[in-house]
Amino acid sequence: MQANDPNIQWVEEPQLGWTGRMYLTPIIDGLTITLNHFFKAAKGDTFTVQFPEERPKFGNPLIYRGVHRLNKDDEGRVKCVACFMCATACPAHCIDIVGTQSPWEDREKYPQSFVIDELRCIFCGMCEEACPVDAIELTSMFDLTGASREEMIFDKEKLLSVYDQTIAAEPMKSKGGHAAGKGA
Amino acid sequence: MAVITVDGRDVQIGDDEKLNCIQAADRAGVTIPFYCWHPGLSVVASCRMCLIETGQKNKDTGKVEMVPKLVPGCQTPVKDGTVIITNSPKVKANQQFVQEGILLDHPVDCPICDQAGECWLQDYYFNFGHKERQADIKPFTSDRKELGEHVTLFADRCVMCSRCVRFTREVSGEAELQVINRGSHAAIDIFPGFPIDNHLSGNVNDLCPVGALCSSDFLYQQRVWFMEPHDSVCVKCSTGCSVQLHENHDKLYRIQPRFNPNANEWWMCDKGRFENQYIDAPERIGGVKRRGRDQFENCDWPAAITEIQRCLQDLVTHQGGKTIAAVVSPFLTVEEAYLLCKYFKGLSPEATLVLGKIPVDGQDEVFAKGFTIRAEKCPNRRGVEEVLRHFQADFMTWDQFLAQADAKRWKGAYITGLYPETWNDEADANRIDNISLKIVQDFSPSPIARKATFVLPGVTFAEKGGCYVNHAGLIQATDWALKPFEAAHIDGQIFSDLAGRRGLYQPTAIMPEVAAEIPFFARSASGVPDGGLNLVTGSEKSPRTSQLGTVTHPIPTFRTVASDMLEVES
Ligand code: SF4
Ligand code: FES
Repeated sequence: MQANDPNIQWVEEPQLGWTGRMYLTPIIDGLTITLNHFFKAAKGDTFTVQFPEERPKFGNPLIYRGVHRLNKDDEGRVKCVACFMCATACPAHCIDIVGTQSPWEDREKYPQSFVIDELRCIFCGMCEEACPVDAIELTSMFDLTGASREEMIFDKEKLLSVYDQTIAAEPMKSKGGHAAGKGA
Repeated sequence: MAVITVDGRDVQIGDDEKLNCIQAADRAGVTIPFYCWHPGLSVVASCRMCLIETGQKNKDTGKVEMVPKLVPGCQTPVKDGTVIITNSPKVKANQQFVQEGILLDHPVDCPICDQAGECWLQDYYFNFGHKERQADIKPFTSDRKELGEHVTLFADRCVMCSRCVRFTREVSGEAELQVINRGSHAAIDIFPGFPIDNHLSGNVNDLCPVGALCSSDFLYQQRVWFMEPHDSVCVKCSTGCSVQLHENHDKLYRIQPRFNPNANEWWMCDKGRFENQYIDAPERIGGVKRRGRDQFENCDWPAAITEIQRCLQDLVTHQGGKTIAAVVSPFLTVEEAYLLCKYFKGLSPEATLVLGKIPVDGQDEVFAKGFTIRAEKCPNRRGVEEVLRHFQADFMTWDQFLAQADAKRWKGAYITGLYPETWNDEADANRIDNISLKIVQDFSPSPIARKATFVLPGVTFAEKGGCYVNHAGLIQATDWALKPFEAAHIDGQIFSDLAGRRGLYQPTAIMPEVAAEIPFFARSASGVPDGGLNLVTGSEKSPRTSQLGTVTHPIPTFRTVASDMLEVES
């Protein structure tokens, strides 16, 4: 974009009056905000949450980008077809997949192993965008802790177990996509 | 000089050149898409993707007379005054509908298809297809069938170009593949009980423009865009096929032929392509070993190098130069052979040079169009021989070396192995047992290595660069693709360290030295071109021609491809 682009609106900084130059009005303005918050908090209207006793509320958990899960299809098999689109899209290179011929009649390829290094992940959600079968999704689970680095490397079983834990509260984001093995 | 007009632009082609419209258009920088044509196979003009408008310019009046219908560009030769139009609405509509017709039967299972990323159908659809596909998509299931040990067919992805069928009829000559059924039921298949098992079978996987024929060995190993290609030369026989090594994170995933009119054209054999497990075999020698009292001890490189230098020097001073010998393997590159010979002759002009064992297996196998799998199973017999001959006119053979060992002539021997297959047995090892200093440089353990005083881990062809000279005297340069295995060193580096040269071993810096010193290599003084250089005849045909049909993409997509790839030799 050029500096003389007609879409740019140039705004001049307003000149301060003499009260401003004496710091009087700015200080009063600032204190008003502080005091407003003070009285609001005294009435119990706070933003801060007493985590972990209290859990924060999300506006829409479906668009939160937390821990990944691997979705299952109607028969409880991993939905992933091992196309490597997520691994290709991932800017942090934290997804490692080993694809192989699937043991099922109606599916050609599936991930023999599917590993995400949650410590390396930057939770950008690119993998979710890239997936052609909506097999990988980010859940609203955000409080991820572990005692070691190894524990934070999630394998296929762990990612599928995140699905079991979260599916009740967070349904799959799209029913569409192509249910693997079902055709369009 | 014939002048052709392509989309209003004039290009000149040589009088003796026989080009079709696809090639002529490419000279003008215009891409005509095609599936069934391949410069190495007969023309069938069956896919109709290359249809274009063409006409003839009248020399005297300058008027152009157009052919009323579209004609296949692959089948239409050009001559002086030919006019080609590739961008008219009629041509574009044809391209779009040909694609749409193919897609009616195509599953569009790109996410699970190994060809995705180097698929002609994918690329052409983005460049020449409709904006949106009109047929349904049925992904994720496939009609898989093994056609042979190395070939897997996914029948539903086939575009019926018949390249594979023509290859087995015209080049490999066994005609295992055929089209069964007709019309929209047509499919590629084998006759029951007769799998595709010729020695060139892997080539049909490269030829297939889509993912219908996939390599069984490579199936689902990697997505193609993760791999990095490296130019190399196959070392499995003395034809010296130009190849590309595809590697990711230092693991070799596949080998594909690289077009070279001087050596292999578009093809390579299955042995060179698939039998490379030795490169990451778990039993490879990973570290320097020296013999302690009765077993091997680990040792580091600088210590080993100094000690070997000292031991050899001692032998020369106390026993005379006649008692030491260097066995130069035909798997070494020219530069490496040169460094080793030079080092030994530097120790003593009387030191003996021995040409390593030349592995020979059966007879040359010649195919219909001249492609040959040679019986001599090593890449550089010729190059090593020339180097040896320069330093010692009457160099010894391996058998003579063993005979002299029986006669207890040797006190010290430097034996280079580096053979992909087993090359010695207990009997050989026992014959050299009386040599007091045995330095063995190899990558796989063998009876001889087990008897050694020093074992130096060398590398395979994939881990080093350098030049090889094939049976016809064609010298070709390779590039390294993988880092050396564990603590192994590039063979040239070992020789260069032994010779007391400083710094990193660079084959391209050694080659001018070789060329200046050995007249046979004089022609390669200013480097070796892409397609190699025949040291005997001096001829070099550029491989930037008729490259299509193997690894290279028909049209530039995310990788840039030289546009002169379509040209054909006159
Ligand atoms: S299998 Fe491949 S090469 Fe053979 S006809 Fe089909 S698309 Fe062409
Ligand atoms: S019809 Fe010309 S390439 Fe197929």
